[in-house]
Amino acid sequence: MSVALDLFSLVAIGLGAFFFFAGAVGLLRFPDSLTRLHALTKADNLGLGLVVLGLLPRVESLLDALRLIAIWALIQVSGASTAQLIGRALSRRGAAE
Amino acid sequence: MNLLPVLDLGLAILVLAVAGWTIAAREAFGAVVGYVAYGLLLSIVWVRLYAPDVALTEAAIGSGVTGVLLVTSGARLRRAGGVEAAAPGLSQRVLAAALAVLVAAALAAVVLMLPEPPPTLAPEAREGLAATGLGNPVTAVLIAYRSFDTMLEKVVLLLAVVGVWSVASDRFWGGAPAPLGRARPQGALIFLDQALVPLGILVGIHIFWVGADEPGGAFQGGAILAAMWMIVMIARLTGPPRVGARWLRLALIAGPAVFLAVGLAGLGIAGNFFAYPAGFAKPIILFIEAFMVLTIAVTLPMLVAGPPRRSPEP
Repeated sequence: MSVALDLFSLVAIGLGAFFFFAGAVGLLRFPDSLTRLHALTKADNLGLGLVVLGLLPRVESLLDALRLIAIWALIQVSGASTAQLIGRALSRRGAAE
Repeated sequence: MNLLPVLDLGLAILVLAVAGWTIAAREAFGAVVGYVAYGLLLSIVWVRLYAPDVALTEAAIGSGVTGVLLVTSGARLRRAGGVEAAAPGLSQRVLAAALAVLVAAALAAVVLMLPEPPPTLAPEAREGLAATGLGNPVTAVLIAYRSFDTMLEKVVLLLAVVGVWSVASDRFWGGAPAPLGRARPQGALIFLDQALVPLGILVGIHIFWVGADEPGGAFQGGAILAAMWMIVMIARLTGPPRVGARWLRLALIAGPAVFLAVGLAGLGIAGNFFAYPAGFAKPIILFIEAFMVLTIAVTLPMLVAGPPRRSPEP
């Protein structure tokens, strides 16, 4: 059982790290701000979500698990809102030019 | 095989690289972004040095509040059009660089010449912990062992607000600072406020409350509450208050005033200035801290809001 859980953690955290890596590559390689924003936010949501998922079997108490999930949810909310704000600012700048 | 030293080395290189990038950035806004990233990396360094209290403070104050302060100052300077004209000359830059190198070299020399093992007061700090009823030695140092210093730090914050307000012109005195953020608030920002602020207030109070026994404390909790008020003001859900408002003045002085009053009471009750009566130390410390949280939560946003720019209502 514990081997299966370890394996699950390993796979989930590894996948999360891969999404962070892909997001970083996208941030560096994509041609304009909107696509870079796209790469960044997707990597944040999925990458962090998978890392949290992988850490869940390893926490010591239910409260710690809830804390991890709350951190993920907060980052979702702030990441999505910031992406909206940056996107809006970009489109306004584009309209002004 | 241990990977941690490798990660630490990578972290140190990253901190140095971001610091260099911040100095080299040509644009004020870019430099501020670099500075905020630098602060967040530094807070990870503090975690690695087993100093979570410092890490929390660095993230909240060094990176968060200072970042907002610098971004708003940058925007104001840009609007005033004075950034380029105010750029320092070559001699000034050389002097600043020489001073910075001198300070860095002196610090490095001190760290390298520390005796082995380095002198520490940690065992003494832990020994006295039982008398305070606290579980977090950092809070004990701040509010019990060197409480006078902590009280004076709050006075410094108050002086900073007085300094900011003192550049107001006479006709605006007593009025409100200019509103933060855009005139037409955006839906995303208002949504963020509605989702984040209730939680943020809870987290701020929680961090203050657990600060007695675990990492956290008045400064970190107060900074989070301050951040919540700031994002509410940035979304224009509420404007900055009039600087002449009675409640604002009371909130600004509440922390140092209560601290000083308790310190003076200690003179009569416990026989010494800033002494706490035995057995009551912890409730008294939490009492002082509650007012300090209030003062910090009000002071930091007022620093960001700047001097009054609206005439006071009759």
